[in-house]
Order: sequence, then structure tokens, then C-alpha cells
Amino acid sequence: MSDVYIVGAGIHPFGRTQERTGLQQGVFAVRQALGRAGLDWRDIQFAYGGSDAAGKADTMVSELGLTGLPFINVANGCATGGSAMFGAYSTIKSGEFDLGIAVGFDKHPRGAFDPKPAEWGLPDWYGETGLMLTTQFFAMKIQRYMAMHGITNRTLAAVAEKAFANGALAGHAWRREPVDAETILSSTMVSDPLTKFMFCSPAEGAVALILASEAKAKSLGLPAVRLRAVAVRSRPPGSFEVFSPALDIARGLSPTSIASRAAYEMAGVGPEDVDLAQLQDTESGAEIMHMAENGFCADGEQQAWIAEGRTRIDGILPINTDGGCLACGEPIGASGLRQVYENYVQLTGQAGARQVTGDPRIGYSHVYGAPGVSAVAIVERA
Amino acid sequence: MPDLAPPIDDRLLHVDADGALTLLAARERESGRLVFPAPGDADPGRYESVLLPREGRLWSWTVQRFRPKSPPYAGPEAFAPYAVGYVALGDAIIVEGRLTGAPLDGFAIDMKMRLVAEPFMLESGERRTTFAFAPITEKAA
Repeated sequence: MSDVYIVGAGIHPFGRTQERTGLQQGVFAVRQALGRAGLDWRDIQFAYGGSDAAGKADTMVSELGLTGLPFINVANGCATGGSAMFGAYSTIKSGEFDLGIAVGFDKHPRGAFDPKPAEWGLPDWYGETGLMLTTQFFAMKIQRYMAMHGITNRTLAAVAEKAFANGALAGHAWRREPVDAETILSSTMVSDPLTKFMFCSPAEGAVALILASEAKAKSLGLPAVRLRAVAVRSRPPGSFEVFSPALDIARGLSPTSIASRAAYEMAGVGPEDVDLAQLQDTESGAEIMHMAENGFCADGEQQAWIAEGRTRIDGILPINTDGGCLACGEPIGASGLRQVYENYVQLTGQAGARQVTGDPRIGYSHVYGAPGVSAVAIVERA
Repeated sequence: MPDLAPPIDDRLLHVDADGALTLLAARERESGRLVFPAPGDADPGRYESVLLPREGRLWSWTVQRFRPKSPPYAGPEAFAPYAVGYVALGDAIIVEGRLTGAPLDGFAIDMKMRLVAEPFMLESGERRTTFAFAPITEKAA
């Protein structure tokens, strides 16, 4: 069993790039990761990759080179990127190979996602009568959370305001203009209590990470982070998920809370050791609830945390330092890897204007999606 | 009782002789767990059919303010925002549905709610019956 390191990373800017397909954006990210690391595609022994809606990752070999490497396609909805990394991580940890790549990319049409009930095991009436929308789920989850734990609309707005401020400092972000809290609060209501600026939008983008065994990482001598944990979990009984016509009366844990616990245990660290975190922020409320589900604070404490600026880049626990999904948009297959990319860039001191100061050592990332799946990765500066 | 249009799904709603509506669910015999909607191919050895309580309390809510994409949405092109919520039906199960019987800003968590029939027009103009929850007002209670 080997420790696993990330020794290189590339990203295709998020947002909308009309002239490139999702696959071409994936190729771009792979080439950038290889170029920055001074590696050649022929050095790569295996790959895991995927997209939700932009094609088959393994066809990239036509562009990158027919080296005969094993290239495994991953299709795991919102956890596609996280699952690709889990595959690459496990492959190196097992000792099978010592240098591989995880790539995620996507390209979605504008507007809300339009799922088909049968593909989710649901009857047609659920979609026909207008209940099958991810936006409704997120709105109802935060609506109840706000009532139970005293979170205000102003706190929702503060989360989005921070996202756009951070995005303005991130070259790969889509939204590069700060937006103030008043504008966020008074923008069009989408699903109460969430306004337009509190929701991320489906978008495009790609990320590639190069993973190596400890021996390989040492011989390459590149800026690196050690992957101390990668945990993917599906939903436990009593969780509250998208596309749920009904919920059990007995409420339970979430896929996020069990993935988080597993990752902390695997890494041998606790939330108090984390220096910066990238948390799934499909909308402002998700970031707030995920702060608690990932163990960083108790339910309700977010109100004070955010008022005091603790989650800003200059705070004690910077969260979503590149603006998260709110500023980068949501290309489903790429988002989870973007979070790890951001932690890699931060921990290797390459984050420029948005660099977290104070010598950050531990980075935490968390992706969540339908139908109730979470992936958590914990990385440490090597 | 007004004549109800056909249910949007026969396995979803039970309408009795008086026109009263009940939601159909299934109970897994072994675990006792309620499943709503009842699985389409419910094995009678594994599930028994049950009727859900008609009243409960609002667990959460929101408003759908833009027209959902079609498909899957089957309503008419002309769109009016509607409220959606989860209602905890007794101590049985928490069910998601449209909310009616109050202005869009007239809902609050923990409100007492009851099941009502909700007319639903398909894009073709055909009428169906689905379900919704409405606040139990002083007068109705």
C-alpha cells in the first residue's frame, strides 16, 4: 500500500466556451496538467474520467495519444469527478500503478436541469405535476434549516457575496464581478427563500489531476499534496435528498455526514485541523448546512461565523476560496475535481491574489449531488 | 361533490364514493416501513397497500416561480407560480406535494394541513386530478 500524492493539476476555465466541446475542454485540462508538471502523456499509466452530459472520457485518447493505457469511464452523476479521483487513488494505493490521471469535464445547456422521472425510478406524475426540480429541494432543505436553527436571509446573501468576491480573484471562475448583498437579496426570487444570485447555474469546464505513488512523487520532485483520505458515500436511511416524493418520519444522517466522518477517520485528522475547505454550494444555503454536516460548526453557529467573516479568505476557516459553484457554475462532471484543484493550488502556494495566508497545511473538499451521494477528500501539503 | 377528473395516476390516489381523496402508499411487511408512492410493481408478498392519513403539519415549503422544463413538466404553457411543500402526515410519513388554499406567502412551517384534490390541466387541455395540501382554517376545522 502506497500513500497517494497529487503532483500536477490543470483546469479549463469554467463558464461558457462556445468554441470547445466538453471533451475538448477535458483534453485542454489534461494537457495543461501535463505541461505544468513537465510530464508527457506517454508517462501516464492509467486514467479515470467522466462527464455527466458531454461524452465518453476515454475517447480523449484520439487527441492525447494511443498509448494503450487503461482508461476507465466513470458515470456517477454529481459525484463523477469525485468517483474518478477515488478510482485513481485506489489504483495507486493498491500498488497496481504509480502514475495516473483523473479527469472530469462537462457542458450543460442553459437553465435548470431537466431530469426524466423513469431514470430516477419515479412515476411520471412526479415530473408532470412540477415537483421534480433540484431547486425546490435545495429551497425546502434550507427553509426548514433556517426555521430550526435561526439562519437569516442576510446570511444567505453573505455567502453569495463572498463567493462572487472570491470568484473575482480566480482566473478559472465564470463570475468575475463582485455582487453586493443588497443586489443578491433583491434579485429575482427563484424558489423561496433563494434568489437568482444565491443559485449556481449549470455550466461548462474541465479539471485534470495527476496522481502518483509516494516513490514516484519523490522521484519527480514536483509541488505536491498528499491525499490523506478520499471517501465516497451514498445515502443512509432517513436522509433528505433531491427528488424525494416522501421522507421517513424518523430523520437520519446525510450522505455528507457519513462521508465526512469516514474521511476524517481515514486521514486521522478532525475538523479543527482543517485550514481551508471547499464545500458543495449548489446554492447559498447548501454551503451553510454543509458547514455543519462536515463537522466545522454546530447547527446554527453559521449565523455568527459568517457575520464575523470566519469563512472569508482572510478568516480562520476560508470556505470556497475560488468562489465555489456559485461563481464557477456547475459542470457536474468537473465540480468535485475543481475543489481538489483549488486545494492543490492553495496548499502549494500558487493561488495568487486569493492565496490563503498562514501557511495552510490541510485542505478539505466535499461534493454532494443527486440522488444522495457525497465525496470528501482531505489533502495535506507534502 | 363536484365531478373529479380522472386521477393523474391510478396508483397514486384513491377516491371513495363520496369523492373523498386518499393517498395510496405501501408498507413493507418485514420492516414496517412506509413507501410513497407505492412501487409500481409492488410484490404483494413484500408490500401491503395502505391509505395515508389525510392531515398533518407543514414540514417545509417553497414556491416554484419559473415554469419547469417540459418534459417532464406536463402543465400548460401559460404559467402561474405555485407553492410546494412537505407535510408530515401524523406519525406515518412526510409527503411532498403542491400547496394550495393560501396566498404564496401564506405558508409557515408547522401549519396544520389537510389533503385536497387538485385539478391539473395537461398541455393538451385534458383535465386530471392530482393532490395538494391546504391549510386547515378555523372554519373548516
